[in-house]
Amino acid sequence: MSTTNKPIKSSSRPARTLAILALVLVAMASLVFIQGATSVRLGLDLRGGTSVTLQPRIAPGDEGKVTSEAIDQAVSIIRQRVNSLGVAESEVAAQGSGTNRQIVISVPGDTGRRVVELVGQTAELRFRQVLASASGIPAAADAAATPAAGVSAEINAKFAALDCTKPENLQGTGADSPTDTLVACDRAGGTKYILAPAEVLGRQISKAAAGLDTQAGSNWFVSLTFNGEGTSAFGALTTRVTSLPEPTNQVAIVLDGLVVSAPRITEAIPSGNAQITGSFTQLEAQDLANVLKYGALPLAFDRGEVQQVSPTLGADQLNAGLLAGALGLLLVVIFTLLYYRALGFVTVGSLAIAGGMLYLLFLLLGEWIGFTLTLAGIAGAIVAIGVTADSFIVYFERVRDEMREGRTLRTAAETGWVRARRTILVADFVSLIAAVLLYVFSVGGVRGFAFTLGLTTLIDLIIIFWFTKPALVLVSRSKFFNSGHPLSGFSSKSLGMSVAKEA
Amino acid sequence: MSKLSGLGGRLYRGETSVNFIGRRRRWYTLSAVFVLLSIGALALQGLHLGIEFKGGSSFTVTTQNPSVTQARAAVAEAGVPGEAIIQVLGDNKVRVQTGALETAQNNAVQDALAAKFSVAVASIDTQIIGPSWGKEITRKALYGLLGFLLVVMIYLAMALEPKMAFAAIVAVVHDVFITVGIYALVGFDVTPATIIGFLTILGYSLYDTVVVFDKVRENTKSITSSSTKTYSQAVNLAVNQTIVRSTNTSIVALLPVASILFVGAGLLGAGTLKDLSLALFIGLIVGTYSSIFIAPPVLAQLREKEPAMMALSKRVNARGGVSTEASSTPAAAINGRGPRNQPKRKGRK
Repeated sequence: MSTTNKPIKSSSRPARTLAILALVLVAMASLVFIQGATSVRLGLDLRGGTSVTLQPRIAPGDEGKVTSEAIDQAVSIIRQRVNSLGVAESEVAAQGSGTNRQIVISVPGDTGRRVVELVGQTAELRFRQVLASASGIPAAADAAATPAAGVSAEINAKFAALDCTKPENLQGTGADSPTDTLVACDRAGGTKYILAPAEVLGRQISKAAAGLDTQAGSNWFVSLTFNGEGTSAFGALTTRVTSLPEPTNQVAIVLDGLVVSAPRITEAIPSGNAQITGSFTQLEAQDLANVLKYGALPLAFDRGEVQQVSPTLGADQLNAGLLAGALGLLLVVIFTLLYYRALGFVTVGSLAIAGGMLYLLFLLLGEWIGFTLTLAGIAGAIVAIGVTADSFIVYFERVRDEMREGRTLRTAAETGWVRARRTILVADFVSLIAAVLLYVFSVGGVRGFAFTLGLTTLIDLIIIFWFTKPALVLVSRSKFFNSGHPLSGFSSKSLGMSVAKEA
Repeated sequence: MSKLSGLGGRLYRGETSVNFIGRRRRWYTLSAVFVLLSIGALALQGLHLGIEFKGGSSFTVTTQNPSVTQARAAVAEAGVPGEAIIQVLGDNKVRVQTGALETAQNNAVQDALAAKFSVAVASIDTQIIGPSWGKEITRKALYGLLGFLLVVMIYLAMALEPKMAFAAIVAVVHDVFITVGIYALVGFDVTPATIIGFLTILGYSLYDTVVVFDKVRENTKSITSSSTKTYSQAVNLAVNQTIVRSTNTSIVALLPVASILFVGAGLLGAGTLKDLSLALFIGLIVGTYSSIFIAPPVLAQLREKEPAMMALSKRVNARGGVSTEASSTPAAAINGRGPRNQPKRKGRK
């Protein structure tokens, strides 16, 4: 029956393979040490904090208009707002792909309501006439004595006191009302402005692009086209301000309460086509064009999910996860030792190494890609104990089958491997497909489950190829296992061979 | 345990044989009853969806000896419209679930609960779900399900055989159906974690099926070159040979899941761990059943329709063997054959 068997590599060197694996583990451990990754980054559900998932809300008919850049812009606006809270390790990230992305905001600790309120508002782009401008630091008492004309004393006082070097004044809130006079900083914090009520709105822009003026050397500019409504509003605004004195001839482009740019209007623009020129670098021009494009389609977001976990519950969940893991591991170890006797120790060793490798990877991935371990992730790792142990069982049962064919353990460990390998590869690959698709098609915390499940399936493959198989080949050479000791898991009795003789 | 191992040896040599394939009508009937029950339960009762699918807010207060009455009073003070669902979880938690609320209403409920139970607002665990969130999750889960079935079917068709891929998918769909049916019947809460559990079952259920089918493929590699066994008999032998393995892998897979379920339900009362592991627990049991009782008979039936396999059955029958085709054949006839007609399984590669 073995006529078509593939030739068995007699040159397999189990000790060398094991040594390589040991080296890999040592290398990983030193990498962890070098990177200074001392602890696994825990998700907010394990240490407490607030996470908000936002879903872009697209008005019917606007489906095609939401671009990936618009969402990137929204992410950066929200990030700016969240960073202003000054909480370390806050994160704003887009999940998913294309325009169907969710924005996930996670802020550790107890800032609950503020986060929810901060990220809730839609950021809008507006054009406002500049009424006064000054350097971003608070004005001295005498400078405040020259108030801008036509502005209330209250606004003037606010303007004088405004300190654009403070981070809290550089956060957008989305709370700037278009009908109010506004006091605002520019994005860099270098200049502060008093701004008139908005006259042109972002959604009245129909097109914006960065371009290079080749005739005048290498000057980058931003071209801007308004729709019908925008054309007349922008025409009226520019006609009125162009002859006014500095700085009232400037029009500020305000996004989320911050001045992005405040170009001087050099002529009335009734055509609806405008160019913003200046000493832009390519990056600056493109950035401004993106802001304007985003403004053309103010993305509203629905709060998909808000989760506030107290540190107490976080600790409870972490403990429960660890307890469940320990219990699951213990049960599997007991089962394999009872069933496979001494052979079970190969399984226990494999699980221990798989566990160690997973822990090191958690540490490294935390450093490299910001991997955070969530409760669902812990569950995935525990479930994976089963997947990992399953491959050993497939292999061991195969070896026992080979021995039932009359092979010695030594040969069976190799012939059984050739056949078990295929089964394990196919089965693990199916698990991997499941994990990848789960990851792609799930949102929020449950992604962690898919991630660890996929990661552990890969580890399972490494372990069975580089540890379990060579370890079994190695022990198959020992007298204890080869003689069919009753406790070895390979005795003829446990294989059912003596039973067969009696039958 | 050694008794079980001994059984493994007898099963391997075909001395002890359970006629899984021949009795397929019995398994089909059993599964059909379950599937019909599932459909009935889904149609009549439907799934008990968590707030993640309907939109709403959930507040959990951790305090000593919380009472539902206190929580209800707090919710009433907050002036929340609609009926709130209030449950005591474990011995120190009370959970209030309401319909969709405005931010201000959410804050009011938090404040009222904090005052009523004298705890800090920050210690109240809150989950607020937007009304369109559930649709999004459901849509993604459906895409995931369809994508998975398609990719796996293509992969298994390449790695194993096309008909094996089909039989495996039939078994998986069967598993998901029955698992979801059990959820409808018992009225367990369905949350996103449950959905993830359902999707994970797919991968797991297939693991077992792959192990069986790989053995079938090996046993039937050159089956038409001899006349010792019909395809169905070869499949039956493969199932018998792998049954110890399947049982073991299922037990080993169930043990960690059971411990998550135990800890999750016992210690935390509710949440991700419980929802995920309950779906897995039920799905794993159904999956083990289908990988033995559904997938192999479906495969055998599909392959027996091929001319080559029909010719083989004829040849085997002519040699005096008993066909396992159709359940009219008494199973005992096959069992009684013992090792006589399957001495060393020359058909194996």
